Amino acid sequence: MIGLSPAIALKHLLARQRQSLVSLSGIVLGVAFFLAVSSLMQGSETDFIRRLVDNSPHITIQDEFRNPHLQPVEELYPAAAVEVRRVKPQTETRGIRGYPQIMAGLRTIPGLRASPVLVGQALISFAGKDVAVTLNGMIPAEVSDVTTIQNYMIAGSVDELTANADGIILGDGLARKLSLTLGENVAITTPTGEVHTFKIVGLFHTGRATYDETQIFADLKRVQALLKRLNRANTVILKLDDPWRAQAMAGEIEGRFGYKSISWQEANEDLMSTLTTRNIIMYTVVSAVLIVAAFGIYNVISTVVLEKQRDIAILKSMGFLARDIRRIFLIQGVLLGLAGSALGLPFGAGLMLLLMQVRLKFPGSSDPLPLPIDWHWPQFAIAAAFAMGAALCAALLPARKAASVQPVDILRGAQ
Amino acid sequence: MTAPVIEAEGLTRQLPGEVTVTLVDDASLVVHEGEFVAITGASGSGKSSLLYLLGLLDRPTKGHIWLHGEDTSTLEEDALAGLRLAELGFVFQFHFLLPEFTALENVMLPMRRLGRLRQSEIEARAMELLASLDLAGEANKLPKQLSGGQSQRVAIARALANDPLLILADEPTGNLDTSASANVQKILRDLAHHHGRAVIVVTHDRDFAAAADRVIEMSDARIIRGA
Repeated sequence: MIGLSPAIALKHLLARQRQSLVSLSGIVLGVAFFLAVSSLMQGSETDFIRRLVDNSPHITIQDEFRNPHLQPVEELYPAAAVEVRRVKPQTETRGIRGYPQIMAGLRTIPGLRASPVLVGQALISFAGKDVAVTLNGMIPAEVSDVTTIQNYMIAGSVDELTANADGIILGDGLARKLSLTLGENVAITTPTGEVHTFKIVGLFHTGRATYDETQIFADLKRVQALLKRLNRANTVILKLDDPWRAQAMAGEIEGRFGYKSISWQEANEDLMSTLTTRNIIMYTVVSAVLIVAAFGIYNVISTVVLEKQRDIAILKSMGFLARDIRRIFLIQGVLLGLAGSALGLPFGAGLMLLLMQVRLKFPGSSDPLPLPIDWHWPQFAIAAAFAMGAALCAALLPARKAASVQPVDILRGAQ
Repeated sequence: MTAPVIEAEGLTRQLPGEVTVTLVDDASLVVHEGEFVAITGASGSGKSSLLYLLGLLDRPTKGHIWLHGEDTSTLEEDALAGLRLAELGFVFQFHFLLPEFTALENVMLPMRRLGRLRQSEIEARAMELLASLDLAGEANKLPKQLSGGQSQRVAIARALANDPLLILADEPTGNLDTSASANVQKILRDLAHHHGRAVIVVTHDRDFAAAADRVIEMSDARIIRGA
């Protein structure tokens, strides 16, 4: 047996079914869209970060320092107003000095894989065409440890680099541009004037057009020779078992070895803040749907209060307290909120399933991809809580108005 | 002499405004158990306003009301509502039954709110009340399926639900035909004479007033006779 107030509240709503249904559908749609959009937002964010984490190094150690070197005199008198003019930096072979020692040091840290890379610019020439590319010299056996390139191979394999020191791996976009195929030889010229002929031993396709058209991978030793930087690497790339430790780890590494270490979060700070802004915008819009739905609830409950002035007066004259009356109308808001959530959550889940079937060709990618959808129970809880909150807020004003009805005013008017 | 159920002394009710309107002016009266009292007077003479004051629906600007010897002028709103629920029963010109509830449910409402009885006892008592007013067959009908006389009798049953000592009726027969009117009048008189309740009825029906034990006549917000 249900309580007296809920019983009266329910009767009031059932007495004007059509109006109740209309305001209910507002909440249902609001909850459903909230769920669908938030799962899409969550999904695309997770997907985006996953790609970011997978496809970029978690930490990059670069051959530069965050701050210029201090001159000896500045080190000696840190508090003094010293100015040293016309400092001419020493000319030296660029790169991380003593990278094998750094590598040895890094390998003692658990949960971390590191590999040195020498990155330089080069021209790839074939059939009279020259294309500027980024040449990545890597230790072939370690490529798979620190990159995901092996996941994107469409011909040949990364291991071929180990077997053939003159082997090269490039993107299918570049290959198509130059009409190259697997197994062909191609000449690479570096800014130092060196020319070397490589054999294509692998093709990859990441789906990111610029990457597929500009990046090539070759053996570290060969690249060092081509760029005339023997025994040098200008980057060390690291992968962590737990990518979320990157920020702290990068600071630790920089403190230990001195070279500038950039975590993936730092490298993508602008994108991360864009994600936050995007979330705020989308949640605002979706919340607006529920707020509009709340107006529907306000409308129906206000109408009930207006129509039920006599009933309220008689209930009060009978001995019902102001708070009993308020409760009756608040319960109507709760009932609409509950029913809206109960119908909206499955409807939203259905909408999500529908969205999961959609495949779109995103700009910048060459394949149609499914929409990234990510759902977790907190989203359902938030949607339901928001709907309940909106419904309750919408019921608050009419309920207060109902509670303040003076029976004498109504009874006198009715005579 | 039986005990007084309600006593009023110097009741004045004024509506503040640019021109102060006096609804009730210095009214004093006593009504005892088993008494059937009619308040009469012309339209606007203040008889309904006096009834609302006696029914604790409105607060007097001046004066005191004692219900069973308890001064009600110092009580909070919630305490007054509690008294209305347990001690008073109202019948209005329009039956004011809740349209979504059946006759039985309407009669059960005050008892459910008071919560002294169990659900099964409440239902049994409501059925008993309806039967005593010849409405047993109408228990599960909605108000719109009842005639005016039947509705008013359901309203009386609802007023009696919590076994109040004082019943206040405002033009209970104003909307009824002659036979239904006579029936309601008989019921109210029986309640006073055979069930020991105090009944105060506001009416401008001379026949109805003639049947009362005492007639209180009002004119221009003042009691001119019968207090």
